[in-house]
Amino acid sequence: MKWMIVLLLVSGSAWAGEARPMGDDPAVEARLKQLASELRCLVCQNQTLADSNAPLAEDLRREVREMIAKNMSDQEIIEFLVSRYGDFVLYRPPFKTTTVLLWAGPFVLVVGGGVALAVTLRRRQHMIRDAMMTEEERRQVERLLSQR
Amino acid sequence: MSRFLLPLTIFGIIVGFLAVGLTLNPREIPSPLIGKAAPAFSLPQLHDESKTFSLDEMKGQVWLLNFWASWCSGCKTEHPVLMDLARSGAVPIYGMDYKDQRGEALAWLDQWGNPYQIVAVDAAGRVGIDYGVYGVPETYVIDKQGVIRYKQIGPLDDETVAKKILPLVKELQAQ
Repeated sequence: MKWMIVLLLVSGSAWAGEARPMGDDPAVEARLKQLASELRCLVCQNQTLADSNAPLAEDLRREVREMIAKNMSDQEIIEFLVSRYGDFVLYRPPFKTTTVLLWAGPFVLVVGGGVALAVTLRRRQHMIRDAMMTEEERRQVERLLSQR
Repeated sequence: MSRFLLPLTIFGIIVGFLAVGLTLNPREIPSPLIGKAAPAFSLPQLHDESKTFSLDEMKGQVWLLNFWASWCSGCKTEHPVLMDLARSGAVPIYGMDYKDQRGEALAWLDQWGNPYQIVAVDAAGRVGIDYGVYGVPETYVIDKQGVIRYKQIGPLDDETVAKKILPLVKELQAQ
């Protein structure tokens, strides 16, 4: 039992060693991590550049790491990638004519749904008010109820 | 009857959107480089390491730049199309061996044939990043002024060559 725990600890620490980030400077790594989580991997399109293990993602992380080391601003680094891969690399694309539907679509749907709901509810209210009895029907109801 | 009209219309619109969405290829990301100057490079050649191949040498020519690798299965699919195009002599094809091993790349060309005038070696994939390559094969049509005019993502096929590449190349050569 004891040796198993030792083995577990040893293998655990070995694994942690492999997962250590490649760069040496923790400040560079922190900025890379923050930037890469805003950027999309082009190979595995639903992963961020930080998450992806694709070779291209590794290369792009290397490029970003080098640009950070050269003291380039976040803006400059993002421009470098957008000029090559387009707005697609951004998880938050800019508001432009081509992305209007993307940004405004949800709000249009919410407003449209709200209006549709209000109209339907109002119509229903009218329907309830319309269900009035005639004098003849009222007498019939009273007759039926008094029969007991 | 009319109470079904509105939901049915909305349903129709959604089906329309989804139908168009199904025909699109999510891997085809429009390149921001079209209409822009091709990024400069100067790289060693595959067949002779001591020589380089650079973008500047290509000024005044309409040419294709094909990113490929011996490990890439799509490149094998595309290869006969490139061989046919090279044989026709319509447009010179230059290769960019992307993140590959020299020996394997040379063996691949020996086995299947070499459609390229010159192959440059982009071992680290940096020129690939400059060109916005995210999956080989990718092919660029570059005009006499060194401007990228078209980008093919994924393997070229006979239809794309006949309908898009060749008419564009003819137009650019006439300029």
